[in-house]
Amino acid sequence: MSPILSVQDLQVTFDVRRPGSWPWTPPRKLHAVGSVSFDLAPGECLGVVGESGSGKSTLARAIVGTVPSSGGKILWEGQDLAAMDSTKRRTHRRDVQMIFQDPLAALNPRMPVGEIIAEPLITHEPNTPRAEVKKRVAALMERVGLLPNLINRYPHEFSGGQCQRIGIARALILKPKLVICDEPVSALDVSVQAQVVNLLMELQRDMGLSMIFIAHDLSVVKHISDKIVVMYLGRVMEQADARALTTVPEHPYTQALISSVPIPDPRREKARKRPVLEGELPSPLSPPSGCVFRTRCPKAQPSCAGDRPAMIDLGSGHRVACPYHEAQQVLAAAI
Amino acid sequence: MVYPDKAVMEGVAQATGMAEVKGRSLWSDAVTRYSRNRAAVIGLVVLIAIILFSLFGGFFAAWSNEEIDWGRMGNIAATGAPSFENGHYFGLDDLGRDMYARTVQGTRISILVGLVGSFVAVVVGTLYGAVSGYFGGRTDQIMMRTVDILMSIPFMFVLILLLVIFGRSIGMLFVGIGLISWLDMSRIVRGQTLTIKNKEFVEAAIATGVKPMRIVLRHIVPNLLGIVVVYATLLIPGLIITESFISFLGLGVQEPSTSLGALISKGASQMQYGVIWQLGFPLFFFLVTLFAFFFVGDGLRDALDPKDR
Ligand SMILES: Nc1ncnc2c1ncn2[C@@H]1O[C@H](COP(=O)(O)OP(=O)(O)O)[C@@H](O)[C@H]1O
Ligand code: SF4
Ligand SMILES: [Mg+2]
Repeated sequence: MSPILSVQDLQVTFDVRRPGSWPWTPPRKLHAVGSVSFDLAPGECLGVVGESGSGKSTLARAIVGTVPSSGGKILWEGQDLAAMDSTKRRTHRRDVQMIFQDPLAALNPRMPVGEIIAEPLITHEPNTPRAEVKKRVAALMERVGLLPNLINRYPHEFSGGQCQRIGIARALILKPKLVICDEPVSALDVSVQAQVVNLLMELQRDMGLSMIFIAHDLSVVKHISDKIVVMYLGRVMEQADARALTTVPEHPYTQALISSVPIPDPRREKARKRPVLEGELPSPLSPPSGCVFRTRCPKAQPSCAGDRPAMIDLGSGHRVACPYHEAQQVLAAAI
Repeated sequence: MVYPDKAVMEGVAQATGMAEVKGRSLWSDAVTRYSRNRAAVIGLVVLIAIILFSLFGGFFAAWSNEEIDWGRMGNIAATGAPSFENGHYFGLDDLGRDMYARTVQGTRISILVGLVGSFVAVVVGTLYGAVSGYFGGRTDQIMMRTVDILMSIPFMFVLILLLVIFGRSIGMLFVGIGLISWLDMSRIVRGQTLTIKNKEFVEAAIATGVKPMRIVLRHIVPNLLGIVVVYATLLIPGLIITESFISFLGLGVQEPSTSLGALISKGASQMQYGVIWQLGFPLFFFLVTLFAFFFVGDGLRDALDPKDR
C-alpha cells in the first residue's frame, strides 16, 4: 500500500538570537529536527518517543505546517507539501488534524465548546446550515464521551480529561485522514490516561485513521503504535516495528528508555540490572559532535565523537543509528 | 477495555434527551467578582447616578441654561446664591444664568468627551494593536514605529493648534482627542497579543486552516477584551481632565455650550467676588465623576484579572 505520508530526511532549524545581541550579529541555528525519515500507511499508527526537548513537537508542527521545514521533504499522498498551491494546501489542512499536550490551553477560553468543536467544520464548509453543524457537534460529543447538553459550556468548566475529549472531537469533526497526537495524555491523571488512550485507539480503528502518537514514555506508545521512532536531540536513534523495538531494542538509548519503565512486580524490579540514563540533556544549540547521545551513552567509544553515525538498516524496517548496536533481549520482559 | 463504560454510555443516552446546560462564561464570573467589591459597586452606583443626572437633570431645572435672570443679574454676589425658593438650586453664574442647568449641561459634555475618546481608543487601538502584534515581522515594525512617531508629537500642542486653526468647536475637540487616545491602547493591546498568539488554541486554529483575520477577530480580540475594558475605563477620566485643561485655557467648548472644565475655569476667575458656588458645584461634579470612573476601573481590573490581586 502506498504511504499516505512520507517524511524524507526532514530538517527543521530555528534561528535563535541571544537577548540583547546586536541586530546584525547572525542568529545561532538550533537544529530542532535533523534528518527524520519515515513512511506512514493508511490506518497505521506511528509512535514517536523521546525525552522532552528532543524535537517531537517540532516534527509534528512541521507535518501540520505551522513551522517551516528547512530541508528534506514531506510528501502527502505522494505530493510535496512545499510545492502545493494554496487550494491543495487547504485540503491538506482539513485532512490532517492535531491533538495537543495541554488540553485546556488548546481551547479558547472565551468560546463555548460547541463553537470550539465546530470551528474546523465552519472553516472548511462555511455553508453548512446551523442546525446541521449543531447536530454533528452533538453526535461527536456523544461519540467521545461528553454529554451533548454541555454544548454551551466553557472550557474552564471541564476537567482535564474532558478538555482532551473536546480537543479530540474538534480534531475528528472533519473526518480527517491523519491525526497527530502530541503527548495527548502527558498532562492527565494516570486513571484518565488509560481512558483517553483507549478512546483514541477505538476511534482510530472505527474511522480508519492514520495516526502519529507522540509521547515521552515508551509504555504508552507501545500500546497504540504499529511502528515506533525513537528520537534524541532532534535525531532518530532507532526506528522499527513496535514489537521489534520493545522486545529486541538495538540502540543503547532505546535500551535505557525501556529500562526506565518500572516493572510492576517489585521482586523482579529489584533484581533488574538497569543502565540508567545519567546526566543532563545537552543544549540543542551546541549538540555533541559525532553521535549526539555519546555524552550519556554507557557504551560510548572514542570513535563516537567523530562522524555522525549512519543509519544502519537491519532489515524489515528496523533501522538503528549506532555502529555498536546489539540486541538486548534481557530487557524484553520489562514492559 | 475501560472505555466505553456501560454506565457512561447509558448516562450519555439519557442526557441526550436532557435540556442544554447554560455555560458560565468568564464574563459572568467577572460580574460575580465585581459585585463582591464594595468600593467598585459604590463607584458604579455613583457613576450611574451622575450619568442620569447629566441626561435627565434638565427636567428638574426651574430655569433653562440660556435664560438670563434679569432681576438678579445686577447683584449676583448678594442675590444669586443657591436657593430653592427662586429655583436656582446651584445659584447663578456671572451672567445671571442658572448654575444648575449649566452644571447638568457641562457634566454631559465632559462625560461625552471621555466616552467618545475612549470609544475611538477601543475600536482603533484594539484592531490596530491586535493586527500589528498578530502579523508581526515587517507589518509590526512599520505599524509600531508609526505609533512611536505619533506619540513623540506633543499632542497638547497639536490639539491647541487644531482648535486655533479650525476654530473652537466640539467636533474639532472630538477629532483631536480621538486622534491621540488610541496610541497607548494600541501598544498595550499589541503586547498582550504577542502573549496570546503563542497559546496553543491559536496554533490549533492555524493548523486547522482558519484565516488570519478571523483568528484575530475570533481568538485574539475576545481574549484581549478584559484588559481593553479596564484600560478604556481608566482612560475616560484622563480625557475628561485633558478637555478640562483645554477649556481652562479658554480653548475648549464654545459658549453657549459648556463643560465642567469651562465652568470651573469661569468659577475660579469669579471666586474673588464671593460667588464660591460658581466654582464649588462644577468642581464637586468633576471630582466625583473622576473618582467614580477610577473606582469602576480598578474594580474591573480586579474582577477581570483575578491573578493580579
Ligand atoms: N519556535 C521555536 N524557536 C526556537 N526554538 C524552538 C522553538 N520551538 C522549539 N524550539 C526548540 O526546539 C527543541 C525541540 O523542542 P520540541 O519540539 O518542543 O521538543 P519536544 O516536543 O520533544 O519536547 C527545544 O530545544 C526547543 O527549545
Ligand atoms: S554511536 Fe557510540 S555514543 Fe552513540 S549510541 Fe552508539 S555507542 Fe553510544
Ligand atoms: Mg512537546
